Amino acid sequence: MVLTFTDSGIYCPAADAHIDPWRPVPRALVTHGHADHARPGMGAYLATEAAAPVLRHRLGDIALDTVSYGQTITMGGAQISYHPAGHVPGSAQIRVEVDGEVWVVSGDYKTVADGLSTPFEPVACHAFVTESTFGLPIYTWPDQAALAAEINGWWAATAAEGRTCVLGCYSLGKAQRVMAMLDPSIGPILTHGAIEGTNAVLRAQGLPLPDTVQVTPATAIADYPGAMVIAPPSALNSTWMRRFGAVSTGIASGWMRLRGVRRRRAADRGFVISDHADWDGLNDAVKATGAERIFVTHGYRQQFAHWLTEQGYDAGIVTTDYGGESLDEPTEETAP
Amino acid sequence: MKRFAALFTKLDQTTKTSVKVAAMAEYFRDAPEPDRLWCAALLSGRRPRRVITTTKLREWAAERAGIPLWLFEECYPVVGDLSETIALVLPPNTREDDASLSETITALRKLDKADEETRKAAILDAWDRFGPTERFVFNKLLTGGWRMGVSQKLMTRALSQATGIEEAELTHRLMGSWTPDSVTWESLIAAPDPGADLSRPYPFYLAYQLEDAPEDLGETSDWLAERKWDGIRGQLILRGGEHHLWSRGEELITDRFPELARAKDFLPDGTVIDGEVLAYTDGAPLPFARLQPRIGRKTVPKKLQAEAPVILMAYDLLEWQGEDIRDRPLSDRRGLLAEAVGALPPDAAIRLSPRVEADTWDGLAHARAISRDVGAEGLMLKRLAAPYLAGRKKGDWWKWKVDPLTIDAVMIYAQSGSGRRATLYTDFTFAVWKGNDLVPFTKAYSGLTDAEFREITAWVRKNTLERFGPVRAVRPEHVFEIAFEGIQQSPRHKSGVSLRFPRMARWRKDKPVSEANTLQDLQEMLNQYG
Repeated sequence: MVLTFTDSGIYCPAADAHIDPWRPVPRALVTHGHADHARPGMGAYLATEAAAPVLRHRLGDIALDTVSYGQTITMGGAQISYHPAGHVPGSAQIRVEVDGEVWVVSGDYKTVADGLSTPFEPVACHAFVTESTFGLPIYTWPDQAALAAEINGWWAATAAEGRTCVLGCYSLGKAQRVMAMLDPSIGPILTHGAIEGTNAVLRAQGLPLPDTVQVTPATAIADYPGAMVIAPPSALNSTWMRRFGAVSTGIASGWMRLRGVRRRRAADRGFVISDHADWDGLNDAVKATGAERIFVTHGYRQQFAHWLTEQGYDAGIVTTDYGGESLDEPTEETAP
Repeated sequence: MKRFAALFTKLDQTTKTSVKVAAMAEYFRDAPEPDRLWCAALLSGRRPRRVITTTKLREWAAERAGIPLWLFEECYPVVGDLSETIALVLPPNTREDDASLSETITALRKLDKADEETRKAAILDAWDRFGPTERFVFNKLLTGGWRMGVSQKLMTRALSQATGIEEAELTHRLMGSWTPDSVTWESLIAAPDPGADLSRPYPFYLAYQLEDAPEDLGETSDWLAERKWDGIRGQLILRGGEHHLWSRGEELITDRFPELARAKDFLPDGTVIDGEVLAYTDGAPLPFARLQPRIGRKTVPKKLQAEAPVILMAYDLLEWQGEDIRDRPLSDRRGLLAEAVGALPPDAAIRLSPRVEADTWDGLAHARAISRDVGAEGLMLKRLAAPYLAGRKKGDWWKWKVDPLTIDAVMIYAQSGSGRRATLYTDFTFAVWKGNDLVPFTKAYSGLTDAEFREITAWVRKNTLERFGPVRAVRPEHVFEIAFEGIQQSPRHKSGVSLRFPRMARWRKDKPVSEANTLQDLQEMLNQYG
């Protein structure tokens, strides 16, 4: 086996390294900087150059080596390379080759370009480890231009009514992607501290983000008429919201595809925008790898694996500790 | 359909009542009259008859989506709504359609007589002509499961804004057995003929639960106290030589309770009584559970009628000698009611709900305390000077229910909810101890906050022992205080009891499972209150 599935993470015996481990191990190959994939306590980390600043921002002083996309490094008996996953800036699929057999671990991915992350590239392999966060046919995403129009339309209408928009977005990736879609001519863009922290890191890397103003206890909303506030979803139900007076609230998430979820979050608007592949994206990605063996991880594992089996793949499910797209972020990112 | 779908979107995108009402009022002003009428019908629970089975809809949707039926069925519990599931799995529409709401419904109803091939072709064609929201709304029309997040009360308020007619008057006009086929916008809303529908009921007056101390209500002499009976609230109408019985849910239930057919032998035409339908023998009410078998049936077998004979316990008189007397004070209405029904023979099946006499609030509190012993849920307090209002209003009527019974139980099964709660575990089964075993005795769905439901959902995912279809057996680790209104013997339940209105009163994180109650405790409650 090129890779095995252990209690600590996905393990490569030939390289003696784990991919996205969830328990402390000596050597971690990390696909991207989200908290469920990059955890503290590893002996050494290997990630892409573009993912490194966020990893350092989140995990502090860690032993981190970097690679560029497509660069092959030899680790024991394995050839390892990182390839764009299109999930968030710096995110990668990890390709592992041992004695001519190629396995690819997708991490989290999406197949459509978001304008900020290096777009997903299919990697030919014998076995593909795929996520399945949105692995049901009810999940298909509208195109990004239509979404941008919808969000800007909501912003302009709300601003015209003299109210403030507050949009809940996951603070690494989603928030920046949404900001890049905003039309800054409508009004000022304000950010929650958790999001501005990530913004600073990504700006320093040269990613094009619009100008933003961080909300602090001294911020007077009257100084920012018609503002769009970008905050983690959990902040929408907190006392932090009081300072904004009359607001219209929105949440940006793939889960907003479902009316029930949208209504339960009691936000005024739900925007269907995800950094994970939708049903068509997952199927296209699996097909493009040319792999015969598919391992399905976090998400609708059983259903997607069953479907792939019916399509003629040798598909099975794998238990991991990844969260997929959550509406509730880990607490470390929601502190004001 | 586009305009109606746009209305739906507006209603769906806001939680603010004022915005919803404004959106509906605009529709009631601007849409074509047949569409307004259908909108009022749909939002007051009048649905077009179902012409296609949901089984067929599932098959056709899966086929059109290019997925196997099992995968469609996997999607359904995730979405929690069949119409939405279908709308989500279908490929994008390739055409557009400008048919109005009423035209779409008319076309649908024509399919009633068509063969299956024609129906399928028509539905697939419609799915391809409608955008995502229209498609969802169209599916709602097909399946009849209509809920739009708008109460009839809000719809009536919007209608009032659009027409300038008073809300209470409109509420009355919208009551009864009309359908969009039997009336027009003109004859129902704009210029109705009062004699057109002799069966039309008055809107029910509903009370809020008393929250403050009863002393705050002033003198007891200003109030009428009576038992809060536990049956079905009903309105008996005697007009044009016929009798009609309406439930509070605006369902005509005349044929289910033939006992009341004799009312017209004892009371004059032009009489309308508000009361409670109760199973009743030997001068005392029977528990609600005895009435229950009669509720679901359209007609009643003799045996069932003999086992659970019903009466109408009369609370109020709304119409007398053909005159609407709702504006008169309760003291007057009650006086007339007592004269009319106070001395009827038992076979009239109508009794006056007795006044609970007490000079002080303390005295009434004592009367309330024995409610369960006399088969009641508590007291009703009604201001003697008050008119009979429409709908749930604060101020003049209060229900003063006895505190619920409670028991501490262990959660053993969890199931996800539907609709708004589809991705949460919200439906739980609870058990009590019998020796070292946990015996399930009730389910409960409500009482927790959204945050608590999220917390327990995350816990359920991590602590599932076994799955049976959608149901998960979970580690017996959490104790909940279950509150309920009554307890009955039930041979159909493993525990031998069934509860009335069970809900989760509190999550007892402080209690270990060993301290949950026992089946013995439940049986003692049954002996005392059953």
